Amino acid sequence: MVSELLGWVLRRLGRWVPWRDVLITALAFVLAFLVGAVLMIVSDPAVVGQYAYLFTAPQLPLGASWEKVSSAYAALVAGSVGGWVPLTETTAQAAPLICAGLGVGLAFRAGLFNIGAQGQAVVGAMAAAWVGFSWHLPPGIHLVVAVTFGMLAGAVWGGIAGVLKARAGAHEVIVTIMLNYIATGLLAFALTTTAFQRPGRADPISPVVDWNATMPRLEGSRLHLGFVLALAAAVLVWFLMERSVAGFTIKSVGLNPHAARTAGMSVSSSTVLAMLIAGALAGLAGVQAALGPNVSGTPTPLSGGLVGSIGFDAITVALLGRSRPLGTVLAGLLFGGLHAGGLAMQSQAQTSAELTTVLQALIVLFVAAPALVTTVVPFLKARRAPLTGTTPTGGLSS
Amino acid sequence: MKKLPAVATLATAALLALAGCAEPPAPQAPQPSTSESAGGSGDGAAAFKACMVSDSGGFDDKSFNQTSYKGLTDAVAELGIESNEVQSSTNADFAPNVEAMVADGCNIIVTVGFLLDDATTAAAEANPDIDFAIVDSNPEGSADLDNLKPLLFNTAESSFLAGYLAAGMTKTGTVGTFGGLQIPTVTIFMDGFAQGVAHHNETKGTDVQVIGWSSENQDGQFVPGDDPFQNIAGGKQTADTLVSQGADILFPVAGPAGEGALQAAQSSGGNVNAIWVDTDGCVSAEQYCPQLISSVYKAMDLAVADAIRASYDDEFSNEPYVGTLENDGTGLAPFNEFEDDVPAELKAELEQLRTDITSGTIQIESAAQPK
Repeated sequence: MVSELLGWVLRRLGRWVPWRDVLITALAFVLAFLVGAVLMIVSDPAVVGQYAYLFTAPQLPLGASWEKVSSAYAALVAGSVGGWVPLTETTAQAAPLICAGLGVGLAFRAGLFNIGAQGQAVVGAMAAAWVGFSWHLPPGIHLVVAVTFGMLAGAVWGGIAGVLKARAGAHEVIVTIMLNYIATGLLAFALTTTAFQRPGRADPISPVVDWNATMPRLEGSRLHLGFVLALAAAVLVWFLMERSVAGFTIKSVGLNPHAARTAGMSVSSSTVLAMLIAGALAGLAGVQAALGPNVSGTPTPLSGGLVGSIGFDAITVALLGRSRPLGTVLAGLLFGGLHAGGLAMQSQAQTSAELTTVLQALIVLFVAAPALVTTVVPFLKARRAPLTGTTPTGGLSS
Repeated sequence: MKKLPAVATLATAALLALAGCAEPPAPQAPQPSTSESAGGSGDGAAAFKACMVSDSGGFDDKSFNQTSYKGLTDAVAELGIESNEVQSSTNADFAPNVEAMVADGCNIIVTVGFLLDDATTAAAEANPDIDFAIVDSNPEGSADLDNLKPLLFNTAESSFLAGYLAAGMTKTGTVGTFGGLQIPTVTIFMDGFAQGVAHHNETKGTDVQVIGWSSENQDGQFVPGDDPFQNIAGGKQTADTLVSQGADILFPVAGPAGEGALQAAQSSGGNVNAIWVDTDGCVSAEQYCPQLISSVYKAMDLAVADAIRASYDDEFSNEPYVGTLENDGTGLAPFNEFEDDVPAELKAELEQLRTDITSGTIQIESAAQPK
């Protein structure tokens, strides 16, 4: 009865496409949260232990489960969207993902699988940080120069893969993966040289970037110029892809290189151009890691893990955003929010870091697979009828 | 086939019914706090909170994060205090994580690793009422901050003993070492080891070669890969290279990746043995105990627990803690299964060396030593 009603509602809503998508996305979150809740409960021995009293004193296990799950999700929400500072934390985490995601997405549309956003971001961060701490230029100019150098370094790193693909036919996947290794090794080596190492230190860590090269931020929050740059980059990419000849060429080559060549377009120059732009965008992500102010107001100094896994997360962000600028911005915000909220889950609700990561992966999994959601939901509804005798949390007992 | 789900449901329900029938314990009356530790005042205990922020290795890295974390859990068990901790997944998380611990009302915050220098110093400056301690780093300007205590370890001293031991035990006349990354907290072990071997050559007239590290050139063999400390296969590959060059005693300074050296030793049929680092290998990597001559321990857990206890007892100072042979902050672990194989003479010499290093008769040169 309920399932038929819901099915009817879904079908009705299905005619009006955006609402259906919204509903499916919302259901994806619900499903991810449900699975996450089960994992949280079964992974806590103290809560599982309470399930021995399920029938004699049901308030004990259910109360403990509720306590555990609700505090974790409350922290996730509070840490990502629960106020002005958490919201800006989300934007700060999202900005580099959006930039790198735009780069990966643009390459996708050119028919290139750019796995190299990580390496492009690493060299971008290196170049921007180096300009940031070793040059001393006037306010304004210093920042512009540092950002430009970072983006140029990323463009060069992406361009190498583009040229090798266009001229030598080397597959961009293998080339960009190798360039990732080279970039990581280059950074590790650079941090042992006097040019990059903090004076007086033997540890591989760079000096702090000059104040003039630090991205300005709204005092007391984590909202800094980087997020504005990310949104601007998204608009530019949209304009490039939808309103310019170069973008049209890139898309055509991506859809069918043979047809594009027959139509008189240059496949090789389009490939190189796409990789240059993709590299510059990923480089901008690295720039944000190097020049974006942290909670303390100064940027995190350059060190081995500064870029983290931005370049790899960017692939997920781009796929989740269907390689479109708006989608990438939304997916980047989702990732940024999950990361910011994940830290809060750890510090406020004592959820383990591993579980936090699993929950993030679950949300992405369900959001990325709308077909899965539509399959699972009627299934659950249909299965619930014969199970009315037992409690829905029955499977949690061990 | 169709019945299968029904059967499964029934079985689950039956299990549930059986498992769910236990009697809940009677509501607990508030217990008188008889089990309070003797260390602190009764009502201070509930309010005191010790916290920790890891670096990106996480608290399960089988290395310095994990050992430091053990210090926190030990202190919690001993003092009956509250705790909180957060793991960093990227370097950009360090500052927000330290801030989160400040916001959580921690009384002492322990951060792990030199990468957290800047975040820790900034937070210590901004929060003079909270005590901070940082493992394995002496941040610039920490001497001017009353509330920041560096926890350092002069493992060159203990590694010197390990080098001397290795030189005394080798049959091929070649011993090998390799590191995880060329960072001071790694190379300090390798410096001490190489110089311990050199000291053996000098005093005993032997000609034992060290491969994998040159103390003069400050260069040597390191585990390859993106995440070398976790790269056990890379550790084994590096160890195999050293073995093929004739090394019969290995000294891996690579955290979990060092296990590769233990695997290489295990498959050598008793020809190759190893000396473990950071913890007593016969405790942390028990299955390899037959191959472990000894271990160089680095008592990060004790240092962290001490710092927390000092903060709890209101005796916290910013004076750096330096673990040495003298205060047992670092040293040689027992010989375990090699107890009977290490000659008594060598044991006596090691004891003498220990005294000489402590008294300053023997000087160890390493740029990585805490000053």
